[in-house]
Amino acid sequence: MNITLRVWRQKGRDDEGRMVTYKLTDVSPDMSFLEMLDVLNEKLTLENEDPVAFDHDCREGICGACGVVIDGEAHGPEVTTTCQLHMRSFKDGDTITVEPWRAKAFPVVKDLVVDRGSFDRIIQAGGFISAPTGTAPDAHANPIPKPDADRAFDAATCIGCGACVAACPNASSMLFTAAKVTHLGMLPQGQPERASRVVNMINQQDAEDFGGCTNIGECAAVCPKGIPLDTISQLNRDLLGSLSKGIS
Amino acid sequence: MSENDLYIEGAPIRDEKAPEGPINERWDKRRFSAKLVNPANRRKLSVIIVGTGLAGAAAAATMGEAGYNVLSFCYQDSPRRAHSIAAQGGINAAKNYRNDGDSIHRLFYDTVKGGDFRSRESNVYRLAQTSVEIIDQCVAQGVPFAREYGGLLDNRSFGGVQVSRTFYARGQTGQQLLIGAYQAQERQIAAGTVQMNTRHEMLEVIVVDGKARGIIARDMVTGEIETHFADAVVLATGGYGNVFFLSTNAMGSNVTAAWRAHRKGAHFANPCYTQIHPTCIPVSGDYQSKLTLMSESLRNDGRIWVPKEGDDTRDPRQIPEDERDYYLERIYPAFGNLVPRDIASRAAKNVCDEGRGVGPGGLGVYLDFADAIERLGMDAVEAKYGNLFDMYQRITGENPYEVPMRIYPAVHYTMGGLWVDYDLQSSIPGLFVTGEANFSDHGANRLGASALMQGLADGYFVLPNTINDYLADGPFEKLDESHPEAVKAKEQVTSRIDKLLSINGSRTVDSFHKELGHIMWDYCGMERNEEGLRKAIDLIRELRAEFWRDVKVLGTNEEFNQALEKANRVADFLELGELMCIDALHRRESCGGHFRAESQTEDGEALRHDDEFAYVAAWEFGGTDSKPVLHKEALEYEYVEMKQRSYK
Amino acid sequence: MDVRLNSNLKWQAVANSTLTKKRSTAYGSTVALKSAMAASGAILVLYLIAHMYGNLKVFAGQESFDGYAHALRELGYPLLPEHGFLWVFRIVLLASVLIHIYSAAVLTIRARRAREHRYVVKKRVQRTYASYTMRWGGVLIALFVVFHILHLTVNSIAPGGKSDSPYERLVNGFQPEFWYVTLFYVLSVIAVGFHLRHGIWSGMATLGVNKASRQGKINAVAVVIALVVTVGFLLPPLAVTFGLVS
Repeated sequence: MNITLRVWRQKGRDDEGRMVTYKLTDVSPDMSFLEMLDVLNEKLTLENEDPVAFDHDCREGICGACGVVIDGEAHGPEVTTTCQLHMRSFKDGDTITVEPWRAKAFPVVKDLVVDRGSFDRIIQAGGFISAPTGTAPDAHANPIPKPDADRAFDAATCIGCGACVAACPNASSMLFTAAKVTHLGMLPQGQPERASRVVNMINQQDAEDFGGCTNIGECAAVCPKGIPLDTISQLNRDLLGSLSKGIS
Repeated sequence: MSENDLYIEGAPIRDEKAPEGPINERWDKRRFSAKLVNPANRRKLSVIIVGTGLAGAAAAATMGEAGYNVLSFCYQDSPRRAHSIAAQGGINAAKNYRNDGDSIHRLFYDTVKGGDFRSRESNVYRLAQTSVEIIDQCVAQGVPFAREYGGLLDNRSFGGVQVSRTFYARGQTGQQLLIGAYQAQERQIAAGTVQMNTRHEMLEVIVVDGKARGIIARDMVTGEIETHFADAVVLATGGYGNVFFLSTNAMGSNVTAAWRAHRKGAHFANPCYTQIHPTCIPVSGDYQSKLTLMSESLRNDGRIWVPKEGDDTRDPRQIPEDERDYYLERIYPAFGNLVPRDIASRAAKNVCDEGRGVGPGGLGVYLDFADAIERLGMDAVEAKYGNLFDMYQRITGENPYEVPMRIYPAVHYTMGGLWVDYDLQSSIPGLFVTGEANFSDHGANRLGASALMQGLADGYFVLPNTINDYLADGPFEKLDESHPEAVKAKEQVTSRIDKLLSINGSRTVDSFHKELGHIMWDYCGMERNEEGLRKAIDLIRELRAEFWRDVKVLGTNEEFNQALEKANRVADFLELGELMCIDALHRRESCGGHFRAESQTEDGEALRHDDEFAYVAAWEFGGTDSKPVLHKEALEYEYVEMKQRSYK
Repeated sequence: MDVRLNSNLKWQAVANSTLTKKRSTAYGSTVALKSAMAASGAILVLYLIAHMYGNLKVFAGQESFDGYAHALRELGYPLLPEHGFLWVFRIVLLASVLIHIYSAAVLTIRARRAREHRYVVKKRVQRTYASYTMRWGGVLIALFVVFHILHLTVNSIAPGGKSDSPYERLVNGFQPEFWYVTLFYVLSVIAVGFHLRHGIWSGMATLGVNKASRQGKINAVAVVIALVVTVGFLLPPLAVTFGLVS
């Protein structure tokens, strides 16, 4: 396959950034999208041009490191991570536009690499259960109804890639935050901190300059792990409950 | 002391910290004899922890909670991305919730036997004891393990053991356990006890007066070379499978932290013990960057075969039954397709070496579900394996419900690592090593669902109860950046980076890495022999020289420079690869993941030589371009009788 | 940046470690604002339905329509002062409108700030057309409401002549020769329909009603209310324009 790539190049956080066009020949349909970028980078290096920086690590769809906007869609045309997207999803002769996640809370580090530290800080604000090592009762002390455990698991599969933010017209991280609120809120162990957790996480989310949710659903539609949109409603319910108790 | 052309044999060593006495009392004894640090004094002590996988994040969370000042480092943009996240199957624990005869002793026995009698009894027993607490801890943190309708935890059997002791969270157990540890660590970051440094790569250890006192790390965004001091340093930096270039490891997984520590005096133990997993998706072209594991459970219902004749390019569905060779069923009628990982992997390699492999490059065998679909029905197969089939289809573009899957073995885990004593302290005082980065618990072969168990045992329970014995003598002398050892370490880092950037040769870093990977795979992979290993050593030396002459790394240090990061890592792999070959060459026996062609039974099975090789090979760095020094730590078995494995 | 003290360490300021930003209270959070928008929106939707019901009285003749309008003014009298209920009602509506617009404005500004640099290429994945029209549609509706009050309530804009009878104001205002008034009205009502289509769904989600199993129903309710309100409001003026009511 022959592919024309339009790639966002930006030297650093304060650089303006621009689209640069590259042509690649002999692209195999069996390559992953990132392997195609590897090939581009080998070529650029040998031509003494700066290779394109992009985040990636496990390349099996679970670490959440990779993620770019491809032709206007977060992670590209398939509902999966960028590393699991393969070139067979494109056609010979296609022009493919590649951009970084764009959000004020995800400043560009270089080219397609962004800083998602804001997600870590949202977790720091309350995305945990306080259980110091060694204090735990027997694992069977608290049976959990299977539907609750399953819903907690569905929410817990979030990989923190940031596609939800990238796809959201408001650059909101509600799906990310809601997934954690739902995961921990469905479990008996998560109840003692439930009311304060949601408040602290939402306050941090706002402080990071993420936008608000308008329930449009683009986030859930691009989520490679299928985090359900209704987790956002659960977060809202929890937050309103906390506010009604005067916890803010 | 003796010397040959490749290495020098030094004095034997032993683990001074493991207590004597009944095996089930040793861990209690050690916890009692270890000096404690009063909570008020912990504030005055600092610990550097490199790596944020299960072993690193669990240790950071636990030690931060205990009141120590923890400095945590990871090369990823977030600690949540460490490669523990990719573990699929599960985590073992001797809970005996199934009332099926499991016990701490049985888990201990299975692990020692599975490790082919090359691990320490004391360590493995402690691992089995601790396994029970891990599950409790994780459930308390909110890890959503699979549950039954009664609300209790579900278990399954895994890796051929006869009891159901594996706890799991669908096919994402590693992810869920890591997120639990990550959240506990983030909680400590918010509390101010853990200071997190993301996108930081450790490039050197600082040793002062024989003690590990800090690290040199590169800020991967700005390129700043930073000096960090502490009272102790913990490496939780994972395995070195990426020396093969293609492996199931993450792209960034590397040996640099461990290797730099090795060069500063930490012994590297059993580097040749590599686990090669039989069911991975094969390579599809030379652009391939990594290999993806498919759960071993597929072998429960799939049948593995290749065509009887070589160069058979027919559609597999067109190949009649009598022209297929179900070679595992043929050679191992008792276990069939369920033989252990190492045996299944080697058999696949053998049929491909005979030219009967399938798919691009002839490196693959069929894993066929046609019989299973006929026997169980399409729906049952989909319910059991649907996720895996989808993953396969996504990667290969082929539908495994219709066409047999193609699989091939891939490097998956490294049992070797930095040598540690019972306290997880390396041969450099103050340098501790946890998780896959150390060598201690799996011997020559790791059982399924045991990697997660070891990482969390080390991080949550072992290290936090042993490191205090060392820290009780602290705080140590206050150091600053002008200390000669710190200056020297920093200078080593900057001069190496300057050198890499100045060569401006004609080959990319990846091209060297790929070539190294081919050498390692061909000569130090599933089957090793003297001639091949000697050849590999020569090839690696040549390649290393060429690397330092002709590598091309663009850009500068003072920027986000991924090629420079890779070059630093590959430079260390090029040294490690040679030591792996030397270790493999010196161990003239077959055991676990190490199969020497010269040491096999008449029917081609692995043959151990317990009289000669029942020891840990701990290698001391002998100097650049000098021979490494071998120290043997004898292994004694009081509680498990040494036997040869047989699966026929 | 955060620097902590330690006797033995050089703690460094790092880009990505601790919570350094100032905390606000969750009463001013995006979620709370959005909830205020949903609650005020709910009041306005209920009002719209009642208003539409009143409008349809036009088909029962002038007496019925004017009687209804008069009865609204007298509602609660003599328990309340004359026009008392009406003013309470107007104040509640006005407050709802102001809260609705204020929340929308603040949230819009935050959303704009959250993405300073736009995508070069952006594709819609599954969002509805209605969800696109919320902000500009809302502005159009606000302008229309001002015109609408001046036209049919205060009657200071009276294209077809002033009248004390609400019925006559209506009939005068939508005569065929004032087709542009009718057109503006129609477009605005359609904008209201779109606004309700996404707004009802979004408000219910914001107030925590959305569950995976209910999503279909909530969307159906939103579509039905949007359609009924749109058609219900379009009938009277179009009936006037096309001479069915005179």
